[in-house]
Amino acid sequence: MSLSAQETEIRNPPVSRPPLDPHLKALENEAIHIFREVAAEFENPVMLYSIGKDSSVLLHLARKAFFPGRVPFPLLHVDTTWKFKEMIEFRDQIAEKYDLDLVVHTNKRGVEENITPFTHGSAFYTDVMKTEALKQALDAGGYDAAFGGARRDEEASRAKERIYSFRTPDHKWDPRNQRPELWNIYNGMIKKGESVRAFPLSNWTEVDIWRYIQAEDIPLVPLYYAAERPYVERDGMMILAEDPRLELKPGEEIQHGMIRFRTLGCFPLTGAIRSTASNLEEVIAELEIATVSERQGRAIDRDQSGSMEKKKREGYF
Amino acid sequence: MSATATATTTPVAASANVIPFAESAARVSRDTRPLRLITCGSVDDGKSTLIGRLLWDTKAVKEDQAATLARDSGAQNDLGLPDFALLLDGLQAEREQGITIDVAYRYFSTDRRSFIVADTPGHEQYTRNMVTGASTADLAILLADARVGLLEQTRRHATIAALMGIRQFVLAVNKIDLIGYDKAVFEKIAAEFREFGLALGVRQITAIPMSALKGENVVLSGTEAMPWYEGPTLIEALELATSRSTQAGGFRLPVQRVVRPGESFRGYQGTVSGGAIKPGDSVAVLPSGTVANVKQIVTFDLVRNAAVAGDAITLVLDRQVDVARGDIIVSIDGQPMTGTSFDAQLVSLQPGGIEPGKRYWLKSGARRQRVTIEPTSQLDLSTGQWKPHASLLSMNAIGKVHLSFEEPAVFDAYEQNRATGAFILIDPDTLNTVAGGMVTAKRADIGGIHRGKEGEQRVVLSLPADLAEQLMASELFASRRDEADIRRLTAAEAAEFFSNAGSDI
Ligand SMILES: Nc1nc2c(ncn2[C@@H]2O[C@H](COP(=O)(O)OP(=O)(O)OP(=O)(O)O)[C@@H](O)[C@H]2O)c(=O)[nH]1
Ligand SMILES: [Mg+2]
Repeated sequence: MSLSAQETEIRNPPVSRPPLDPHLKALENEAIHIFREVAAEFENPVMLYSIGKDSSVLLHLARKAFFPGRVPFPLLHVDTTWKFKEMIEFRDQIAEKYDLDLVVHTNKRGVEENITPFTHGSAFYTDVMKTEALKQALDAGGYDAAFGGARRDEEASRAKERIYSFRTPDHKWDPRNQRPELWNIYNGMIKKGESVRAFPLSNWTEVDIWRYIQAEDIPLVPLYYAAERPYVERDGMMILAEDPRLELKPGEEIQHGMIRFRTLGCFPLTGAIRSTASNLEEVIAELEIATVSERQGRAIDRDQSGSMEKKKREGYF
Repeated sequence: MSATATATTTPVAASANVIPFAESAARVSRDTRPLRLITCGSVDDGKSTLIGRLLWDTKAVKEDQAATLARDSGAQNDLGLPDFALLLDGLQAEREQGITIDVAYRYFSTDRRSFIVADTPGHEQYTRNMVTGASTADLAILLADARVGLLEQTRRHATIAALMGIRQFVLAVNKIDLIGYDKAVFEKIAAEFREFGLALGVRQITAIPMSALKGENVVLSGTEAMPWYEGPTLIEALELATSRSTQAGGFRLPVQRVVRPGESFRGYQGTVSGGAIKPGDSVAVLPSGTVANVKQIVTFDLVRNAAVAGDAITLVLDRQVDVARGDIIVSIDGQPMTGTSFDAQLVSLQPGGIEPGKRYWLKSGARRQRVTIEPTSQLDLSTGQWKPHASLLSMNAIGKVHLSFEEPAVFDAYEQNRATGAFILIDPDTLNTVAGGMVTAKRADIGGIHRGKEGEQRVVLSLPADLAEQLMASELFASRRDEADIRRLTAAEAAEFFSNAGSDI
């Protein structure tokens, strides 16, 4: 009897690596459990894919969770049109390579009204091009569950979030009245119009993410690794200077240097760091002795304490 | 150029664009699983301050976070110290009221191990959030304000923690700085709690006098202020604690999904929640009782030759059997309890309470089914006694109940297996989670031995385990599995059993 293609694949697994250390293994098991639970209990899940390192880990875990089956939901990318060019290229490559259903959504109103991070300020811009866009996309798809790569260690209000984070029909989060969440028994029962944001990486730290990327050899946008790049210094941030839409202000000039990014978002709002860490080992070594947090490079988090909570209440991830 | 950028950023020195290096960077070695712990106790006893201080002293607070903390703290105490609780109390409402409302999860590590802390609220109104934190914890740090000692809320939290299977406690007698580091007061509170712990069945108690605010006996030693104390600091006690042991006993795989990527492959996906499994092992699918053998254990990385508790796997069986989400695949001996009636303890979590006779949804593992609850008793926190109680279990009450199912349910006792012995109740009207529960026993026929029909003849056999396994894997046996009783014994126990049965056999 000849083996079917499926059986052949299972006998010759896609990869073979040394076993994960118990800490990462436990985190991986937990994430896979959450993926499977959401996929089984919800009618129409979607995975938010932001192309960054956390999303890359999230996607890898989704592929593991459903193997040898396909990832049973689409990926949603909210494209603000201000992402780094390399991010978009990477996104399209990955979607093709792993045979994923990719949905890209942009807030048309924002584009028509020409709302940009340069003209409207980070807070308003984020509200329109990210939060509002996300809500539009979730409504359009009729998704009842959305996976996100948020981690509790990122920020104080995220540290309060459940793994299944309940949202009202207008996507609001009520942090004062979250559902109890006991053991690993998740309550996936919701009414029509309500939804859940599910966070399989809740208990991961930034170091865990990097160590897992290393252990599992997960491809990343090259911007995470140091290279000689053009940049402009503005408001204490180093902004990548490759997009023609970046206009220099008086006194500003394009400089060149070894830089990399610790998180990736919209290029005008994401500051680079000076670094010579051009591969994973060096990035991890740098991180383990870092004295500032990863959110430090993000303009939108530097507003008041509590700004993340406010955005999340309104439906931001 | 149009309007200028209005990004709301505060200018930072250009040097902030380089990741600064800490002087003594401890490389984290993570050879062990993280220890999961909670803080609990009454309002304002200093739980959040303690964890904030712990994060601070283990250098888990980064420079930018420290700057934010200094900015937010203002002049909150006369010691000139930051308000460490703000590292945990991240919600606006919490900061405004100066209390914790919901659990905050934080991560830190020492050279020895890593920790996941859940800082829980002391307010009685938010007990459900404390229960959320307690359900996954290996250890509880119970705080008591040295000025007031143990309160009813302290006892409630200790009781809930013990009920949920936490066996290791640290009693932190906090704010000792406010009573002049009085040894006698510390010893009185510690003795009182030891006695209370004994009643709860908790023996492992480390009592530590501390000042969370000043960081005495947290990470740094408090010897200077308390030369009379010779025990460990908090961090030393935590480093020595043990992570919850993986569940021993029989194999358990609650089936989350059935995966069928092609005609020839059918796999059952789930997380092993007890025991271990390898290809060739015989298993039963509950509640139906169908028997099969394991053909393969599939994961993304490799076809494995074994899986143990905690592993998220895909199991392939050697024959076509009916398996659906919610079923549990178990080892053929050492099976869990299957039935329609169980005893359990539960904590009522919502304002509506738990109503007798009401049909709730019960979720355990990947199984969701209808259940009716009949309370039988309630714990009186002031005396520690169970009192008969058949009416509504109001919010925060701890009760004993009967569970009655319409379809067969499958459980282990929570003491034996946390994963297959725990459940939540969901209100069918609000769909909110209204209780957390722990199964204690199957009702009526405890032990599950068949009485048989009137006059029915039965045969008791003693066989080598491998032969028994082959017989049990046969179609005929499988089809009548629910009529048989199986116990695994040592050869000596079996011999004794037969000799006790005497000459009848
Ligand atoms: N003097 C002194 N004050 C302390 C100590 N620990 C905490 N406090 C103060 O006690 C107050 C309450 O502390 P929190 O940490 O918010 O208490 P909590 O237990 O987390 O409170 P809830 O979470 O709302 O139950 C704060 O003003 C702290 O500064 C201590 O060891 N000594
Ligand atoms: Mg608190």
